[in-house]
Amino acid sequence: MKEATVQLPRQMSTLAASIDDMYYFIFWVSLFFFVAIIGVAVYCLFKYSAKNHPHATPPGHHDVLELFWTFAPLLLLIPMFHYGFKGYVKAMVAPDDAIEVRVRGKQWAWDFYYPGDTEASPSELVVPVGRPVKMVMSSQDVLHSFYIPEFRIKRDVVPGMYSSVWWTALETTSSYNAKENKVVGEPLDQFCTEYCGTSHSQMLAKVHVVSEADYQAFLSGKDRAPEGKPLEVVGAELFKKNACNTCHTVDGGALVGPSFKGLFGKNESFEDGSSNAVDENYIRQSILQPQAKIVKGFAGKNMPAFVLKDWKLDALIAYIKSLK
Amino acid sequence: MSTVATAGETPNYLTHERGVKSWLYTLDHKRIGLMYLAAVTLSFLVGGIFALLVRLELAFPGETIMGPDAYNKSFTLHGAMMVFLFIIPAIPGALGNFFLPLMLGAKDVAFPRLNLMSFYVYCVGAVFLVYSIITGAVDTGWTFYTPYSTSTSASVISTTLGVFILGFSSILTGVNFVTTIHTMRAPGLHWRRLPLFVWGQYATSVVQVLATPVLAVTLLLLTMERAFSLGIFDPKFGGDPVLFQHFFWFYSHPAVYIMILPGMAVVNEIIATFSRRAIFGYMFVAMSSVSLALVGFLVWGHHMFVAGMSEYSTMVFSALTFLVAIPSGVKVFNWTATLYKGSISLDSPMLWGLAFLFLFTIGGLTGLFLGTLNVDVHLHDTYFVVAHFHYVMVGGTVMGFVGGLHYWWPKMTGKMYNEVAARIGFAFVFIGFNVTFLTQFVLGSQGMPRRYWDYLERFRPLHGFSSIGALILGIGFFILFGMFIMSLVNGKKAPRNPWGSVGFEWATTTPPHPHNFETTPVIRRGPYDYHLATAEELAKT
Repeated sequence: MKEATVQLPRQMSTLAASIDDMYYFIFWVSLFFFVAIIGVAVYCLFKYSAKNHPHATPPGHHDVLELFWTFAPLLLLIPMFHYGFKGYVKAMVAPDDAIEVRVRGKQWAWDFYYPGDTEASPSELVVPVGRPVKMVMSSQDVLHSFYIPEFRIKRDVVPGMYSSVWWTALETTSSYNAKENKVVGEPLDQFCTEYCGTSHSQMLAKVHVVSEADYQAFLSGKDRAPEGKPLEVVGAELFKKNACNTCHTVDGGALVGPSFKGLFGKNESFEDGSSNAVDENYIRQSILQPQAKIVKGFAGKNMPAFVLKDWKLDALIAYIKSLK
Repeated sequence: MSTVATAGETPNYLTHERGVKSWLYTLDHKRIGLMYLAAVTLSFLVGGIFALLVRLELAFPGETIMGPDAYNKSFTLHGAMMVFLFIIPAIPGALGNFFLPLMLGAKDVAFPRLNLMSFYVYCVGAVFLVYSIITGAVDTGWTFYTPYSTSTSASVISTTLGVFILGFSSILTGVNFVTTIHTMRAPGLHWRRLPLFVWGQYATSVVQVLATPVLAVTLLLLTMERAFSLGIFDPKFGGDPVLFQHFFWFYSHPAVYIMILPGMAVVNEIIATFSRRAIFGYMFVAMSSVSLALVGFLVWGHHMFVAGMSEYSTMVFSALTFLVAIPSGVKVFNWTATLYKGSISLDSPMLWGLAFLFLFTIGGLTGLFLGTLNVDVHLHDTYFVVAHFHYVMVGGTVMGFVGGLHYWWPKMTGKMYNEVAARIGFAFVFIGFNVTFLTQFVLGSQGMPRRYWDYLERFRPLHGFSSIGALILGIGFFILFGMFIMSLVNGKKAPRNPWGSVGFEWATTTPPHPHNFETTPVIRRGPYDYHLATAEELAKT
């Protein structure tokens, strides 16, 4: 693994080194040509200034020179193309033994499904070190793009189509904490890089690279409800993790959807003309089937449905209740 | 309309007729050029204000002056106005209209009425585009990618219609220029004597005429999808959003050459005049414009290397993209060779010409990173791309446009400007531009995605630095704007040929005669034959 440089982030995947070599090859070629061209130009500005050289020499033809600089650049361009394409194909074709993680992009969060999962793990991806991992991706709404700079991978996430990226991580960033049933460390940042609307810049996820043993421990513990924590604290964590905060505030301000401040117990009017007090059943329904009862003034915002386990719904309801 | 030219004074196109009507109904290509100049300058100022708002918001992480929705609309308006209302029409519409007939020794363009129509079509398109972006609350970026653009509001159709109306204006200009160049050259002006500005406009016009109709096809498909729920671009109806990107870039990539070729065209004239020397490798430079125009049609896929194309498509598009480097290189090498053994003076237009050489070289070389497939995967849709295209579009086209404006301003207005103010303005723009965008290359290669309203703490120093650059850049343009206004108010009277150029357009009076030349000129030498000119011709009079 190579540390970050002024130009490029840390190399954290097996794909990174060859991409960086190519990057620096082009960088030095470019710098050479830039200095050469501008150097000659600046030299001429002094040497052939109107003062030093009052009469320009009429130019002749120099077809050999012209043909030389028309075709000679191919000697550098062809290797750039060739190695660039070779590297690209390598990054496109995942090894057969890669772990497959299903990724769904939606406005504005990433959902991850580990092998065998039916429920999404949002906003946080945990992968083992030293093993190829493949993301099988699609979008629920508009275009997104999956980007992890340290791995040097990126691919658009398109509705109505599967796309994929893969990598083998070189080093762990995090470890599994059995007591808290949580992965902790210094995760990498994963970005959405295809513009997708209001909270595009908030559509981020954390990527933890852990040891094989920690990965297995994480998988077996991830659906267990946390113990010994107040329900509303768990709910507050889920509120962030499921990216509810990209649309709903907790301070009364309106973002994309209604604020959660003082929501519980409030008498809410709906788009269909009816009205009702906000209770546990209403919140549950609004998470599982968001289009069933839309608050007046929020038509057309199209909140995606969240399929969550009951203990998670309980925690979120407790959290919303606590926002007086 | 009264004729006011008094006996003994050469009539000029600005004063031979007076009154608002004489401008609104004018068929004179020079007056239409000036009206275009006013319109594109206005667009540039408005687009520039949005650029400053965007950079101000990004000066610090989190909300600085506006929320995410306002930010998204701001960068959309900045991009759409700069691309469609400024960069595409600026040089052909303003400078091309004014100087192309003068350089050909012609009385006007081939179709003067079509020319006026193209200006009014531009105005209608501009109003329509801005109106539909604002009322439709379009926040999609200037690329209008589906399905985001179709799912949030219906205005993608009206916005595309606005772009198409503008495109129609550029088709009219293109047809007009091609015809003019083919049929209205003065006696003796054969193809090997055409000024390189004309060659550049010729290549541009061909692209305008051939690429713009694709917009109409896109528009038709979008409308059919909406009206009949046919699945074309929207996956909800079984369409393919990537197809929209193909259509969009099939027009918008050639449009990149509609933008850059005229900038290159202007720089040829500037470098030749201030080096007192013919452009080295004239025919190669002329043909490089034509080949850029042709290759420009074949490389649209390089905007979509990570969008979901097959590996074979990316391979073909990557290989073709590298071909762009060859004519671009030919131009840069020949400009540098022109300086060699010239007799160079650094008047303000030349500063812009050299800035073009400097900045466009950076813009072109950074294109190599993006054409290389595996490196592009890392850099695509980051600030590296933002920096790259600003180096080409601003470092190239805008430098060419502003340089051309400095160069030809005396001929157009009959007034000189303050050279000291011009140099100060230039210094601010050049430094401000590099501070703003050189920084963004590093932001991008470090992984900062584009079109982000907010960013992680680690990107803070570079974003702050870039915003300071934008401020310097803004001040620079403000100085230049003031300088040109002052020149109109109380500028010194311009002589016929202030730079001592042998270019054909300088042969006429200043400001030009309403019919360009009193008698049809007969061309007896090339446009850069300084070695054949007498000392009297080369004097700065």
